[in-house]
Amino acid sequence: MSDGSTKRRLEVVGKSRRRVDGRAKVTGQLRFADDLALPRMLHCKLLRSPHPHALVESIDTSQAAKHPGVHLVLTKNDFPVPFGIMPVSVDEFPLTDHARHVGDPIAAVIASDEQVAGEALELIQVRYKPLKTISDPEEALASPEPRIHDYGEQGNIHRNQAYEFGDVGEALAKSDHVFEDLFFYQGNTHLPMEEQATLAAVEGDGKLLVTSSTQNPHYLHRQLARVLQIPGSKVRVVASPNGGGFGGKCDPANHEMVVAKAALALGRPVKICLTREEVFYQHRGRHPVLMKLRTGVTKDGKLTGMHLQTLLDGGGYGSHGPASTFYTGVLTPVTYELPRFKFEACRTFTNKPACGPKRGHGTPQPRFGQEVQLDKIAEKLGMDPAELRLGIVTKPDSLTANWLRVGSTGLAECIREVVARSGWKNRFRKMGQGKGVGLACSTYMCGAGLPIYWNKLPHSGVQLLLDRSGQVTVYCGATEIGQGSDDVLAAIVAEVLGIDTGEVRCVTGDTSMTPVDLGSYSSRVTIMMGNAALQAAEKVKAQLAEAAAEQLEVLPAGLVFSNGKVFDPATSRSMAFLEAIQYAEAKFGTLGAVGSYTPPKPPGRYKGAGVGPSPAYSFSACVVEAEVDAKTGWIHVPKIWIAHDIGRALNPVLARGQVIGGVYMGLGEALMEEQAFRRLPEKLSQALVHRMPSMLEYKSLTALDMPEVDVALIENPDPNCPFGAKEVGQGPLLPVMPALANAVYDAVGVRIDEIPVTPDKVLRALELKNSGKNPRIGPERFPSVPYPEPVFVITPQEGGDGKETKREDRKRAAAAVV
Amino acid sequence: MAAVPDRVHLRLTVNGEELPVSFAPYKTLLEVLREDLGLTGTKHGCELGECGACTVLLDGEPVLSCLALALECEGRRIETIEGLARGAELHPLQAAFADLGGSQCGYCTPGVIMTAKALLDKDLNVSKEKIKEATAGNLCRCTGYLQITEAVERAAKELREAPK
Repeated sequence: MSDGSTKRRLEVVGKSRRRVDGRAKVTGQLRFADDLALPRMLHCKLLRSPHPHALVESIDTSQAAKHPGVHLVLTKNDFPVPFGIMPVSVDEFPLTDHARHVGDPIAAVIASDEQVAGEALELIQVRYKPLKTISDPEEALASPEPRIHDYGEQGNIHRNQAYEFGDVGEALAKSDHVFEDLFFYQGNTHLPMEEQATLAAVEGDGKLLVTSSTQNPHYLHRQLARVLQIPGSKVRVVASPNGGGFGGKCDPANHEMVVAKAALALGRPVKICLTREEVFYQHRGRHPVLMKLRTGVTKDGKLTGMHLQTLLDGGGYGSHGPASTFYTGVLTPVTYELPRFKFEACRTFTNKPACGPKRGHGTPQPRFGQEVQLDKIAEKLGMDPAELRLGIVTKPDSLTANWLRVGSTGLAECIREVVARSGWKNRFRKMGQGKGVGLACSTYMCGAGLPIYWNKLPHSGVQLLLDRSGQVTVYCGATEIGQGSDDVLAAIVAEVLGIDTGEVRCVTGDTSMTPVDLGSYSSRVTIMMGNAALQAAEKVKAQLAEAAAEQLEVLPAGLVFSNGKVFDPATSRSMAFLEAIQYAEAKFGTLGAVGSYTPPKPPGRYKGAGVGPSPAYSFSACVVEAEVDAKTGWIHVPKIWIAHDIGRALNPVLARGQVIGGVYMGLGEALMEEQAFRRLPEKLSQALVHRMPSMLEYKSLTALDMPEVDVALIENPDPNCPFGAKEVGQGPLLPVMPALANAVYDAVGVRIDEIPVTPDKVLRALELKNSGKNPRIGPERFPSVPYPEPVFVITPQEGGDGKETKREDRKRAAAAVV
Repeated sequence: MAAVPDRVHLRLTVNGEELPVSFAPYKTLLEVLREDLGLTGTKHGCELGECGACTVLLDGEPVLSCLALALECEGRRIETIEGLARGAELHPLQAAFADLGGSQCGYCTPGVIMTAKALLDKDLNVSKEKIKEATAGNLCRCTGYLQITEAVERAAKELREAPK
């Protein structure tokens, strides 16, 4: 696959160009969901629970229903069918009678305008029966009752799992050193600039149209059909351009179900736009994760094995939690050679807004732990942290202990690049008091190997339509969330057909008009949509070539598509691309083609082996420079160097933008972003409330705070990817947090083993240092978690077959050896 | 106290055009622009004056339209993103944002472009630091700001070099 044309140099791919949707964005013409209005449109507002955990004993909506301008009031009774993004966690009702967090939607009012709807919410009388609040994972483990949900492993444990790839106990016992460290990563949220909005309407044909700021129209489509109990063919979901997603618009959401139901009931368009405060309650962001890493190393800095334990605070619903739980471990062995790996993970329910996927999904947390621990290991062994890492990077096309195929890797080159560009060797441990540099690396998937619900269907479909006007239209269910997926789609088609991206019209994210693409998540779009587009474009190109060759009286195989022309280099005969279309339409009839993509089968065959495999992995290395004020603990970051193994940059200006954007978000997480909660005082309700559901209080970096970022794109095309292009949307975020923590250590000699690294923590650590104590701030203990007996799998290197080996078989094998 | 009327009727001068409009008196400039005048190019990210997405120019000064009462804008010069291009030709700021990655999801883009326009209308010889200061009230979650600053720099250069 990989390369559309080897006969000529690339003309579109690799060139910096204005993105295809750029003009609409800078003129204000792009219509986001809340920019839409329809005749007779009504507005919806949701009544949200003021209690973190409560049952609705009674609800009286009669006053609200009578309020002038109110058309409909909905409650739990109107929604008997639950939903959820994952088939194993179908635990949400659009409106609930069991509030699991402050902000859980209880009722909805549909009225002539938002003002009236808001007034009517005040008239709804709800009698709540408050239940004990479970505020964190430790409390969840200690309090099996009351259960937040009546499903899950037990009590308030949602997911609990354990895997062991090779005998880790033995590996650690034989190691020269074993490092044991605890880390905590606080939760944070996506904070997209666009608040979620949805407009539902019944179209002239009687079918439901839901236009929504969703990253995943396909999954929303399925869940709407389920909740509303109508066939999928009667529902059309259009993903409006997302004003930022970052994972926060992946889950089907309550408000989407509610306005759909209301539009069907009233026969009128119904719109909702969440307030900023409500966006914090919708959340689905980064899980708070407590981690324990026990890592064995040899005296020359090779890893021998790792035992990783994670404990996730899932919040009030399942969301993507089963996947998130896996992702707090499964990608750990992809960056560095790790012969044996044991991974135990537990996700608990708590009475907070549900956590879910945020940029990096589950992976930034253990990556932070591992990369800070490697810094400690390097120091103890007297090695340079960059050299230590260079000695252990995974090899191309190798299999990890947990049976992931690494594919292409440019990690070593990334490390060398940031080391050279940052002047690492002259700076590390040499910058003097208060200044330092830190290094860290990471890897990320180019799309999840399996879909969210089990099926054997393609992950992405693309349809191409050409006609005699010269128009090339490409249809795909993928969603533009700002990352530039429409531009990727246009670029791949344009490159194959030898035309400009301006000649390609993209129609995307519309379940009634575009072939299914699973959505904009897991960094899958460039690879999966791109490969499907490549296949469709190659098919059309073959038709055009055959028709053109006949006219030019040459062989089709020799034709080159370039610069809007089809020409034969051997005879110098040529025709315009438009003519080729017309000849082909005359010869074959209506022109078009489809392409599909399904990822390769994962090598692992044990239960759970489906989470982690990907057609390819991107790699990144990062150096952060930090200046720490010992008086205030304030951290100033003047510059960051990052190298990202992207395979190939389809549009370098967008690729660089994704890298800088990832660094920005990573640095925000490292320094300040927190989705934190507090209990109200006893004289109030003692409720667990969001500490700061506003953009002013939820701190994020501004233009003034942003350091200079030096970006190196490492281009080593991956054979599984279209034109070799790997992901860039998520990977570059991951190394930033540990690199920052390592830089703070280099600057002032204190370890902040938790994220965010805030001035108060730095000051406390400096006080410890000054009083001769261990200068470390971080978790002190890891609670006892009832992890299950691990699924044991023999590693590829030790002759495994990828399947689980039962305990009895292991005993028998061991006995046979003796 | 005099009764508050249900609606007020007045003329607003938007992008050089005088537009008659009637609306409930409590409405913000943001709401009137978007809901009553159909100018949805101006966005909202919080409606609390925290994010800068709704920035428009009032007599040449950037203001948060979510905090301005539309009533108070009568007789004042309102500029929004829709008024920037000249026919099919993009304003140099718009072109630079589109070409240099200054806009990713595009949601904060109208607000930050209007802020930058107010800056460049006053001074085309702006430093990087001045651009960052001026745009620090416009939150953007996609770009990490660097390409925004670069786009404003390029637009300033183009405008400096443009024939008067």
